[in-house]
Amino acid sequence: MDNTIKRWVFDTTVWTSAVLMTFVLLMHDVAAESRLPPVTNDKWRAECGSCHIAYPPQLLPALSWRRVMSELDRHFGADASLDAASAAGIGAFLESNAARGKRAAVDTGMLRITEAPWFRREHREVAAPVWKGAGVKTPANCGACHTTAERGDFSERSVRIPR
Amino acid sequence: MRTTRSVLGLLLAGSLGFTGLSVSAVTPADLQQNFDTAARASVPGFTGFSAQRGRQFFSSTHGNDWSCASCHTQDPARPGRHAKTGRDIAPLSPVANPQRFTDPGKADKWFSRNCNDVLGRPCTAQEKGDVLAYLMSLGK
Repeated sequence: MDNTIKRWVFDTTVWTSAVLMTFVLLMHDVAAESRLPPVTNDKWRAECGSCHIAYPPQLLPALSWRRVMSELDRHFGADASLDAASAAGIGAFLESNAARGKRAAVDTGMLRITEAPWFRREHREVAAPVWKGAGVKTPANCGACHTTAERGDFSERSVRIPR
Repeated sequence: MRTTRSVLGLLLAGSLGFTGLSVSAVTPADLQQNFDTAARASVPGFTGFSAQRGRQFFSSTHGNDWSCASCHTQDPARPGRHAKTGRDIAPLSPVANPQRFTDPGKADKWFSRNCNDVLGRPCTAQEKGDVLAYLMSLGK
């Protein structure tokens, strides 16, 4: 075979494999990211989980959690005050497991998970009326569609949008 | 010697057990007694709590958007729903839900938060006692 053709075949094979491998790794990464590593803390689950799901620490950067915990008496329009010891324990748990990587890319101390760029990107296909539907009510209601949210599993496989 | 030690051990275990029991076994009536003591000390001419007044207080707003009933519903013997998040709330009345008002720390925490949301100030002993009288009267 001509050397040029051999070279072309070789190059094409290498590039195709590289692209395929990248794709496979990327998909694997996306799937792994939507299933958060199981970190838990009894106090966090009991206290943060009494009015809404106990939002996983990995969904907000550390600075944001610090703000949330310092303003519990004005927590999204409700008083969620805690005794100092519980607040300190929960705060330490949240900060030590806080978002890293792309979910912490912009750590401006924003308070709403739903305002994070990654959240908007992940939910761009969800139409406005779905958010307002009786079964969802608010984008903060993760469990309405993510049926395994309580376990930290936000993978697409477990999404059921209420009709 | 050995007998003395085991008798002492038993006594110690018994007294610890008893103390533990007396601390954790709080009933709604015990909490009501605490409110009663506080109300007697702070309200001139206090004549006791009223379930009727408690019901009125519970179902009315007090200057803010929410009343107690906004989340606990007009029938607190039934499950409620958080007005903002939609989270289910177990029945508040101890008649329907025996776990309610059995933990003084928990009762204090929620009265403190919810009174601030509903009234913008802490509730008085009279108000808490009236509401508890109302909740205890349901289903009777």
